[in-house]
Amino acid sequence: MPAIDLDRIAELARIELTPDSAAAFRADLQRVLALVDRLQAVDTTGVAPMSHPLDLPQRLREDVVTEADQRDALLALAPTAENGLYLVPQVIE
Amino acid sequence: MSAERLLTSSLRELAAALAEGRTRAEALADAALERAQALQERLNAFITLTPEAARAAARAADERRRAGNVSLLSGIPLAHKDLFCTRGVRTTAASRMLAEFVPPYDAFVVERLADAGAVSIGKTNLDEFAMGSANEHSHFGPCRNPWDTSRIAGGSSGGSAAAVAAGIVPVATGTDTGGSVRQPAAMCGVTGIKPSYGRVSRYGIIAYASSLDQAGVIARSAEDCALALTAIEGFDPRDSTSLDRPSEDHAAALAAADGQLDGLRLGLPREFFAAEGLDADVRSAVEAAARTYESLGARLVEVSLPRAELAIPAYYVIAPAEASSNLARYDGVRYGYRAPDYADLDDMYRKTRAQGFGDEVKRRILVGTYVLSHGYYDAYYLQAQKLRRLIAEDYRQAFDSCDLILAPTAPTTAWRLGEKGQDPVQEYLQDIYTIGANLAGLPALSHPCGFDSAGLPIGCQLIGPYLAETRLLLAAHAFQGKTDWHRQLPPL
Repeated sequence: MPAIDLDRIAELARIELTPDSAAAFRADLQRVLALVDRLQAVDTTGVAPMSHPLDLPQRLREDVVTEADQRDALLALAPTAENGLYLVPQVIE
Repeated sequence: MSAERLLTSSLRELAAALAEGRTRAEALADAALERAQALQERLNAFITLTPEAARAAARAADERRRAGNVSLLSGIPLAHKDLFCTRGVRTTAASRMLAEFVPPYDAFVVERLADAGAVSIGKTNLDEFAMGSANEHSHFGPCRNPWDTSRIAGGSSGGSAAAVAAGIVPVATGTDTGGSVRQPAAMCGVTGIKPSYGRVSRYGIIAYASSLDQAGVIARSAEDCALALTAIEGFDPRDSTSLDRPSEDHAAALAAADGQLDGLRLGLPREFFAAEGLDADVRSAVEAAARTYESLGARLVEVSLPRAELAIPAYYVIAPAEASSNLARYDGVRYGYRAPDYADLDDMYRKTRAQGFGDEVKRRILVGTYVLSHGYYDAYYLQAQKLRRLIAEDYRQAFDSCDLILAPTAPTTAWRLGEKGQDPVQEYLQDIYTIGANLAGLPALSHPCGFDSAGLPIGCQLIGPYLAETRLLLAAHAFQGKTDWHRQLPPL
């Protein structure tokens, strides 16, 4: 099994790991990957991947608005919002 | 009607008491709330109790009854797993991330049961975002087993199973992604059903792994599960996986049954009974249950699920992969927790997610991110999906020679809190008998079938072909007509 580049995985997942917790998570991930590595031994040549229990195409519906306007109720859930906008730290210099 | 009567009454008995004026919805709600509060410190089955909303809903149910507007669930107290969104009532998923989240809408299941007149008394404990098999991974502390409060209630729907087992409510909702309805039902000595994938709308259920998640119910008997399930089935255009077909009246089918199972072929998968780690008491109780089924007219046949052992590795690739995608939405911007201090936007995401998620959720997000990342996708995620098809095919073939599969629900009874220690894999291995039904999308239920030498409940699982919920419930109902394991009450 290849060494896990945990820093890269944590960066992709946007989860900050402290040095202490990184050691524990690395050990946990090694254990979980050792468990799931059993999959590698199975010959699946010619088997189609199953992404879903329903082998059906997705339903289509008319392209019309179905949701009621709840802007104020939804914005009220945000940690910070102002003038109908979500507020985040500055992203453009 | 006293709280003690509530403890042992079936839904039909409660409905009759309400119809005949021997009790009122408000009295039942009060009794359920009182018992919930009295047991909260010992069990921690609830994250939120909603006494005011419950009493208002109960009074409304009493009003409607006076106006002649009733269904069988009118005035029946129940509880929802805190993964179902409830309008105006905080919905936490047992996570710090959503500890203050108050949804502006109800989940489909919540709406259906409220429309039927049922009275929710609150939100039950669970593993954070439904990730766990013990209900130990909760931001609000572990739920405890009513049969022995030093032990786990099972997970992830531990609070719902414990609340039913403790006689707080006769029925509670749950969700089952890898066994989260059936395994806690087994651990707590109650009955729980996970319907076929697509049977019950997931609208308003906080997502974990979308190709596996399904809503279900936990109650004291198969009959009560049938009544509750009948109320929550049906097409919902707001869930793209909802089946567009008429719902079936499972409860009516049970009422018409004669209690015999003549000719029913029950398949016992030889790999399940040979699995390492199957406790001897569990094995003998499940084998005794099989003989009881035989005495009701069923025929036992041996079947094979050759890739049963591979269900765990397939599941622990697919579920974390989907979870890592589903949980990307928790970014501290639109709702939920936001870290108080951060340097910039990216730092806000990282700190919000580091502080908002518990360790098991982080583990699954990291595993999921890994198996989906460049260079590993084919080897893990795609390979797991191919295995998933082979596993589903094994079940399909098994149903060529049987009508239902009979198996243990879990390899052991409830373990002690903290006993599985620091190795997450030890907990994952407990899911061996339940995750196959999720991978294949099949309906399955767990019902009590005995006790181990420590007096802890044992669950027997029935798995059916796609959409065979009625067949599952009929079989378990016949079993419960001949046995009284489901009537046993914990020594609280």
